[in-house]
Amino acid sequence: MERPLTEHIRKDGRPLTLKEYEAVGGYQALRKILKMSPKEVQTLVKDSNLRGRGGAGFSTGLKWSFVPLDAPKPKYLITNADEMEPGTFKDRILLECTPHQLIEGMIIAAYAIQADISYVYLRWAYKTAAQAILNAIAEANAAGYLGKNIFGSGYDLEMHLHTGVGRYMCGEETALLNSLEGKRATPRAKPPFPQVSGLFGRPTIVNNVETLCCLPHIINNGAEWFKKLSLTGDAGTKIYGVSGKVKKPGAWELPMGITLRELIEEHAGGMQDGLKFRGALPGGASTDFLVEQHLDVKMDYTSVAAAGSRLGTGTVVVMDDKTCPVGFVENLEHFFAQESCGFCTPCREGLPWVEKILSAIDSGSGTMEDIQLLEHHTKFLGPGNTFCAFAPGAMEPLQSALKYFRNDFEQHIKEKRCPMEHR
Amino acid sequence: MLTDLEIKEIEHAIKLVPHKKAASVEALKVVQEHRRWVSDESLREVAKLLDMSPEELDSVATFYNMIFRREVGKHVILVCDSISCWVMGYENLRDQLFSRLGIKYGETTSDGRFTILPNCCLGTCDCAPALMIDHDLYRNVTGEQLEGILKRYE
Repeated sequence: MERPLTEHIRKDGRPLTLKEYEAVGGYQALRKILKMSPKEVQTLVKDSNLRGRGGAGFSTGLKWSFVPLDAPKPKYLITNADEMEPGTFKDRILLECTPHQLIEGMIIAAYAIQADISYVYLRWAYKTAAQAILNAIAEANAAGYLGKNIFGSGYDLEMHLHTGVGRYMCGEETALLNSLEGKRATPRAKPPFPQVSGLFGRPTIVNNVETLCCLPHIINNGAEWFKKLSLTGDAGTKIYGVSGKVKKPGAWELPMGITLRELIEEHAGGMQDGLKFRGALPGGASTDFLVEQHLDVKMDYTSVAAAGSRLGTGTVVVMDDKTCPVGFVENLEHFFAQESCGFCTPCREGLPWVEKILSAIDSGSGTMEDIQLLEHHTKFLGPGNTFCAFAPGAMEPLQSALKYFRNDFEQHIKEKRCPMEHR
Repeated sequence: MLTDLEIKEIEHAIKLVPHKKAASVEALKVVQEHRRWVSDESLREVAKLLDMSPEELDSVATFYNMIFRREVGKHVILVCDSISCWVMGYENLRDQLFSRLGIKYGETTSDGRFTILPNCCLGTCDCAPALMIDHDLYRNVTGEQLEGILKRYE
């Protein structure tokens, strides 16, 4: 089984130095693309079927193609390393352990859109990663991989690290741009899309860490090789993770399209003794629950969507049979209510209301009408009714919990207490 | 009064961006690194350096979780309260911290040593529950380890 993104990660978790990265073929892809045209790089990546690993799953090559190549400079390439989706810890591994792989991927992406300035927008909490990235940028500058006239190609690229100051919204790409401009991280209206008018009004691409880390390998081995890494129609490998009460929580790079069952039972070692699988969020807090009937769903964008959820970040949060689904969802909605940027009314007012209702049900003072009120919110805060995808994302675990765990909600109301007594 | 060093660092941050306002987050970070939090007085002085009104800068400062507009203790304890840590029972750890230090979220010990704050997912969900003290991340934290961890922050 090939694990191109993680196979060279050191056991002690220290980042690969420039020399160590070069010894395993690092920066060969960069030398290769400098002899290609930006359009050729875009076409190769489009052909590889690489889809954005940040959660939305949009075609990376297609996203790039909307940048006007002839637009005057500056143009920007930004890595979204603001990993903050609850339950998600995959980018941290790549940032801490293989910073040069990310930098090489960034140079490839920047070259493909002819950007001259690049940023890593890093989450403040990732202190080890910040040091690794800073050191790696300095090494890459000293070796001539960054800077002016890279290897005599005439192509210039500067790279900076920006560490954020904490807000979930910063992961939304237009909010990230506002934050980089020193503003509140509220989302922007689209159009114009960032590809045309992004950071400081200039053409900008924002890509996820894992997406960018795929690029050197696609350049080196070709589009067909990348597609064949996958078990299904969605190309490549994926860094999957599992957390919750399983025997061996962790993260693993596996072929795209492995089943949820294999992930939980083989890689995560199955449920802890005495516990049963009840459900799981397949890709972070803002994805719909999958339940027992979905254990054989292939964990790729297309199959998880067909099962009524989203692959999201591919980091699974498992819920066991001794954990209260109402409390579980209440924890998620508390997060969303707190992190709503407050820019649009349904999200700002609706989410705290949802949290309040869930808290009432969980503590035994809920009524049957409250369930209808929650259902109403899943529509009212759903797609098309809010300014950005934040509130619709917050409604995904709630709407699926009401569908799959409805008895639990009703039992809380009838018994006027949490039957699991987790409080 | 901002120190000469703080002003120098803020002016450096301004040089790196196309217009002054764009350095607002960096400037707030400078003050906080030196003083642990951003007071009204500091905020007004930073706003002046950025050609912003204090109100506009405060709208940025109060938006972000990690800019502290109230005084915090010498060490800030951030307790991850997101879903994986919740499933793994972080609430016991939180309650132990509260009773050991005699404070709750948002409060500071009377000796000014610790402030406890809730925090969103720290991105180490396979090692839940997790907490951070200053720059240090602690994973798979148990109640028994708590005393030993706190001792490191005198």
